[in-house]
Amino acid sequence: MELWFTEKHTENVTFSIKVDRQVYSGQSEFQRIDLFDSLEFGRFLTLDGYMMLTEKDEFIYHEMIVHVPMAVLPDVQKVLVIGGGDGGAVRELVRYPEIKQIDLVEIDAQVIEACKKYLPQTAGKLDDPRVTIHYADGLKFVRSKQDEYDLIIVDSTDPFGPGEGLFTKEFYGNCYKALTDTGAMVNQHESPFYPVDAVAMQRAHKRIIDSFPISRVYQAHIPTYPSGHWLFGFASKKYHPVEDFNASGWKARGMKTKYYNDKIHVGAFALPNYVKDLLEEME
Amino acid sequence: MTHLSQERAPVLEALNRYKSMRVVPFDVPGHKRGKGNRELTEFLGEKCLTVDVNSMKPLDNLCHPVSVIKEAEELAAEAFGAKHAFFMVNGTTSAVQSMVMCACTRGEKIIMPRNVHRSAINALILSGAIPVYVNPGVNHELGISLGMSVADVEQAILENPDAKAVLVNNPTYYGVCSNLKAITELAHQHNMLVLADEAHGTHFYFGEGLPASAMSVGADMAAVSMHKSGGSLTQSSLLLVNGLSEGYVRQIINLTQTTSGSYLLISSLDISRRNLALRGKAIFEKVAKMAEYARAEINQIGGYYAYSRELINGDSVYDFDRTKLSVLTLDVGLAGIEVYDLLRDEYDIQIEFGDIGNILAYISIGDRILDLERLVSALSEIKRRYAKDRAGMLSQEYIRPQVVLGPQEAFYAESEPTPLEQSLGHICGEFVMCYPPGIPILAPGEKVTAEVLEYIQYAKEKGCFLTGTQDSQVNRIQTVKE
Repeated sequence: MELWFTEKHTENVTFSIKVDRQVYSGQSEFQRIDLFDSLEFGRFLTLDGYMMLTEKDEFIYHEMIVHVPMAVLPDVQKVLVIGGGDGGAVRELVRYPEIKQIDLVEIDAQVIEACKKYLPQTAGKLDDPRVTIHYADGLKFVRSKQDEYDLIIVDSTDPFGPGEGLFTKEFYGNCYKALTDTGAMVNQHESPFYPVDAVAMQRAHKRIIDSFPISRVYQAHIPTYPSGHWLFGFASKKYHPVEDFNASGWKARGMKTKYYNDKIHVGAFALPNYVKDLLEEME
Repeated sequence: MTHLSQERAPVLEALNRYKSMRVVPFDVPGHKRGKGNRELTEFLGEKCLTVDVNSMKPLDNLCHPVSVIKEAEELAAEAFGAKHAFFMVNGTTSAVQSMVMCACTRGEKIIMPRNVHRSAINALILSGAIPVYVNPGVNHELGISLGMSVADVEQAILENPDAKAVLVNNPTYYGVCSNLKAITELAHQHNMLVLADEAHGTHFYFGEGLPASAMSVGADMAAVSMHKSGGSLTQSSLLLVNGLSEGYVRQIINLTQTTSGSYLLISSLDISRRNLALRGKAIFEKVAKMAEYARAEINQIGGYYAYSRELINGDSVYDFDRTKLSVLTLDVGLAGIEVYDLLRDEYDIQIEFGDIGNILAYISIGDRILDLERLVSALSEIKRRYAKDRAGMLSQEYIRPQVVLGPQEAFYAESEPTPLEQSLGHICGEFVMCYPPGIPILAPGEKVTAEVLEYIQYAKEKGCFLTGTQDSQVNRIQTVKE
């Protein structure tokens, strides 16, 4: 039997993974949710046919979206995670004892249910007592918040479908308002490689620099995302992601990670020239 | 003819039959089902081009319908509760003009509120009818024109017993309705026709808990923009008629309507009518709920006032369309037009219009709550980033027009371009309006007053898109030579 999951990375490029079996399929109010088992990548989650994560490489994304800001911001107590119903970001966050409260805002309850049941690798810490799950539109949730969070992690899907509102200027502005004076926002920033993704990436960058005084982009290598070259945004009111990086403090924690380390932290902000050009076009 | 059910769509069915016959076209349009214009076909899609066809026996003829268009019009009439429905392909503008031209000939009077759409006054230029304006009254807090009070209409009727018709906005752009039933009864007692501009009222015929539609209260004609809340293609519209001679109305329509009626527009009317007849009640319930939700959220931000049925006062606001999302912005220190521009330029959100004090976001079945969240969040951001003190904000007042000449006489009179600042006291020979909403500040035949000039200046400063004049910059206006 030949059963393949295929995602179109562009009109002319596809990415396929051989599927061993389908574990779950459901249609929520917002999207189609599928989980598959594969030999190469283990279990993987797709939404509307787009790859969200695989067991094999999700550590890269989740470590990079959490540890980078946590190694910069000095005293993070209250964190807001928008999207991220798979629980991967929360799993990394709960490793920090100083964090007292994590609000996870996910629009689609069915994603969380499916992940809790079928993806314990990422969803295993969603029951941590510090975590409160809110089933709501992130844009709406953050609108009424002011001066409340030390860190906001925008772990969104792509800028079309239910995640659309999380790439808008009004959303970034609302996040700015919801952060404390020393707070920062980290977001999934799309890819610079294929033109369609690059345009979304540029638009997001433009909107973030309009809203935050400090805005830097960093990268990671994620094999199952289009082109494998993925970006994150670090937008902040006070702290610079490299200049204020507390390398010794983070190392002293003795936290075991598979991708992130203090050298990667600094290196991730060093961008290829073509990416710099794309970003500078917007600045 | 046998009675068709509302589940049928005769024009759509005929087009599908026609397509399956694979007829070889040696008639217009020359693109021959798109084959002759590949770029256009790629852009619009082959399906679209294959039904861009000419009138012919199997597809009927809009100018003189005898088969499928006739059936489709009958179904529309039944769905809207009218004696007859005409499919219109030159926009609701042509429906409004046809109504006025059916009711009045040269020199005859028509009673109307001054806050009519330009198409109504255009009709006066074409027909030579003379307007008798009724002050629609203004809500001073919001700065919006309201409906006509019944007493004011009665006074106009008694002072002008020779008038032929009363034209009523049902509703206004902002969603305000007059007491159309009482006005209709009153007008009929004095042998006047009642014409309703229902450019924003299609949903009144299908939704529950909405203001009364013109046909339901016995009005004689109504111009209904199917392409607004009804979901059909832009420029397609309906003219509904109660009582008047169908043949005469069609003659009037054919004076100005194209003889090459677009089947894209005609079929969109047919399909949309079927959709509304079968599902309209549920559709507009959902639209009303979305509007109510957005209103509540916007009012929670503070500074903005999204108004609704609390405006109802039994007379000049006899009813209010709760599917409308109109918002007063002045307390944020921003003119509506400024918020309108910020939404588009800063947040990629296009709303229907902004005027001096208000914005209007058009909510329809095509909307999703997710998109409404964007609108609300953007308004919240605009307040956070741009809010100013309200001082110095001009509120919109009703400017009583001083009609010196009939619109037709003034429009065709010898006129000269006059710089705005020197036009005080002259008679205007053209329109000046902000578009949208397209309600004239000055109409042909009206005196240029200091109030009018101040208003035009302020609207320009705030970035309103002024139009109607020969001078595209609106620095000069045509004034009638005296």
